[in-house]
Amino acid sequence: MDKNYYNNLTVSSSPHLVTTLDTQKTMLMVLIALVPSFIMSIVVFGARSIALTAVCAISAVFFEWAYNKLMKKPDTVKDLSACVTGVILAMNLPSSFPFWMAIIGTFVSIVIVKCMFGGLGRNIANPAIVGRIVLLLSFTTQMTTWPVTRMDNTDATTGATALGILSEVAKGKQDVSTLPDNLSLFLGTCGGSMGEVSAIAILIGGAFLIWKKIISPIIPVSFIATVFVFSLIYYAIVGGDYNAFNMAIFHVCAGGVMFGAFFCATDYVTSPIMSKGKLIFGIGCGVVTMVIRIWCSYPEGVSFAILFMNMLTPLIDSKVIRNYYCKGGAKKDEK
Amino acid sequence: MSSNAKHLHSIDAGHYKNTAGCETEVMPIPDIVKISMSQNIGAPCKPLVKKGDEVKVGQVIGDTDAFVSVPVHASVSGTVTGIETQRNAMGGMDTLVVIEPDKKQELSEEIKVPEITDMDSFVAAVRASGLVGLGGASFPTHIKFNPKNKDEVDTFIINGAECEPFITSDHRTMLEDTQNVIDGALEIMKYLETSQGYIAIEENKPDAIALFDKMIAEQGITNLKTFKLQARYPKGAERVLIYEVTGKECPAGVLPADLGVIVSNVTSVAFFGQYLKDGIPLIKKRMTVDGDAVKTPKNIIAPIGTLIHDVIGFCGGYKTAPKKILMGGPMMGRAIFSDQMPIVKNNNAILAFSEEQAYIPEETACINCGRCHQACPFNLLPTGLAEAYENHDAQMLSDLQVMQCMECGSCSFVCPARRPLAFMNKLGKGIVKEAGIK
Repeated sequence: MDKNYYNNLTVSSSPHLVTTLDTQKTMLMVLIALVPSFIMSIVVFGARSIALTAVCAISAVFFEWAYNKLMKKPDTVKDLSACVTGVILAMNLPSSFPFWMAIIGTFVSIVIVKCMFGGLGRNIANPAIVGRIVLLLSFTTQMTTWPVTRMDNTDATTGATALGILSEVAKGKQDVSTLPDNLSLFLGTCGGSMGEVSAIAILIGGAFLIWKKIISPIIPVSFIATVFVFSLIYYAIVGGDYNAFNMAIFHVCAGGVMFGAFFCATDYVTSPIMSKGKLIFGIGCGVVTMVIRIWCSYPEGVSFAILFMNMLTPLIDSKVIRNYYCKGGAKKDEK
Repeated sequence: MSSNAKHLHSIDAGHYKNTAGCETEVMPIPDIVKISMSQNIGAPCKPLVKKGDEVKVGQVIGDTDAFVSVPVHASVSGTVTGIETQRNAMGGMDTLVVIEPDKKQELSEEIKVPEITDMDSFVAAVRASGLVGLGGASFPTHIKFNPKNKDEVDTFIINGAECEPFITSDHRTMLEDTQNVIDGALEIMKYLETSQGYIAIEENKPDAIALFDKMIAEQGITNLKTFKLQARYPKGAERVLIYEVTGKECPAGVLPADLGVIVSNVTSVAFFGQYLKDGIPLIKKRMTVDGDAVKTPKNIIAPIGTLIHDVIGFCGGYKTAPKKILMGGPMMGRAIFSDQMPIVKNNNAILAFSEEQAYIPEETACINCGRCHQACPFNLLPTGLAEAYENHDAQMLSDLQVMQCMECGSCSFVCPARRPLAFMNKLGKGIVKEAGIK
């Protein structure tokens, strides 16, 4: 019998097992979920979407690496969150967007919004969303110049987005019939940001994330349902040439609602942690989006809606958590 | 009978039941045993023997008058070679009676089959047997079996869940000591006057469930049923188990008896069933020896006081140098610093991990994903508790119900950022207690 004793064993607190899913794998799942949208953007806009996505992803990773190096902080690049931010930002840009401007966008996202607030987990706003908003306000022309899709047989090189057409319609400058049909919005043959054009591709990616339990369905479902119900009611009241049901579908499929609901609003760090908070957050995003789309001068409001709700997240969290825990004992059966 | 429609949150921690098919082997008497005087929650015992004394199997060698206590018995016959103090796994100091076995295993004259005629003799017999909660808590069983509100207790649950990964000793007990479990349960239910008894077993042990169903039917027992639990962690935690079986919520601070329920581990019940027949007190224990540093993982019965080093020696010794040794399962078991510690009553597993399996991943920043909250059986918010702990905010810890935490470790298990959330909860409870917040 072995007579060597071991008196120098590792002592740590239980549990002594951990799941294999770590932050890096979580982020990898998000990247995988973005693949369908990425493929659709290549199909719709051609090779430039590959180049623009690559520029965003690489520059985002570089900025995070450089910031940590400069600030003598541990390298966090391998958690892949910078890469996710870069790709999501790229998916929010028109495919013709200049590379150098995109790099400014990733700089804002990574350095200003994320790293300067303390890195992953400490940012108060979604980095990609703020990056997009900064680009939209700084380079409005480039951000709203939409290359036509490869399915477009006209001679034009740029066209309007579905929501752009809608705002013209709302001003009475165009007829309702000029709106693209819902099927082309759903499949993604109508112009727009790279990742936003195809609702079906986003749904596939989103379903993958929900199936893998990376995201909870509460935020996307409540966000999209709110947009649907809000537009249904609004267009039913407005009446006129609009078909309320068609318009409700239109608002869900057009612009950034789908992409924002599945990929931006569900960002863990900047959305509430409790189910009830997530519900409030999703409904809030939907309402703000529709208010901006219908009554404000911007045709699209998803980014602003998500940013607005990001700012409310700490408040929602603290209210919901207090409500939940501070009355009596811990409740057990709530799912 | 199968599970409730509603379940508490649980996790899939993996099962790793490598030894489920290993029939229990009885370990030969080792060259030395060290019997701890603190083998139960509550007061430690005082040694009743001194250096040079001859002791026999089953002889009481430690006892005390304190209320929350049980006697300790000699597990071997032989000579007391000393009374030592040694640091225990909790960090405190233990008194150990060191016995050099003569390997004759002569039974003490004190051993006699208990005569149980009424509640008092029942409780006295349970105490005399040295029984503590063998599921891990090591609470003296005779106190649990003597609730103040005995009239209200109507349900007896035998916990055969064994939700901890790796451990299969309860499973083996159910397969090998089936009749003892049934006999023990019927006797306990007779004196607790409970109308219904459940043997709750996770559905990943269908052989045990089938065996109990068969024997209960054959013997025409009507007040004892098996109950199938989901094979998820931590279904065997007392408060979770009560909810799963009866649908009654059992927050911390409420005794199961207050809800009319008494829960006992299946191994405790099986031991009691055996004790009724031969009167031999709790001097040996079935346990699973596993982990990637052990050459031949198996289920063994070892005398209490056997050194862990000798236990692993019986299982072929170390395959590779151990980096971490656990008393108990990987989710709630305690890491010990030395393999020279002795087996105690509530050991149900010894797991020895190599450097690779003992690897502690690097902690990264919380990403607020909420997985800890979704994993918590009691819907606590471990990430919020961790923040309150880091801020030493006793009021916040208390508001967020840190005292409800049972330290099952589900939150730490699922955390993608590898944060030691359960550990922080444990420390957070200390902060709340120190601050004296009710």
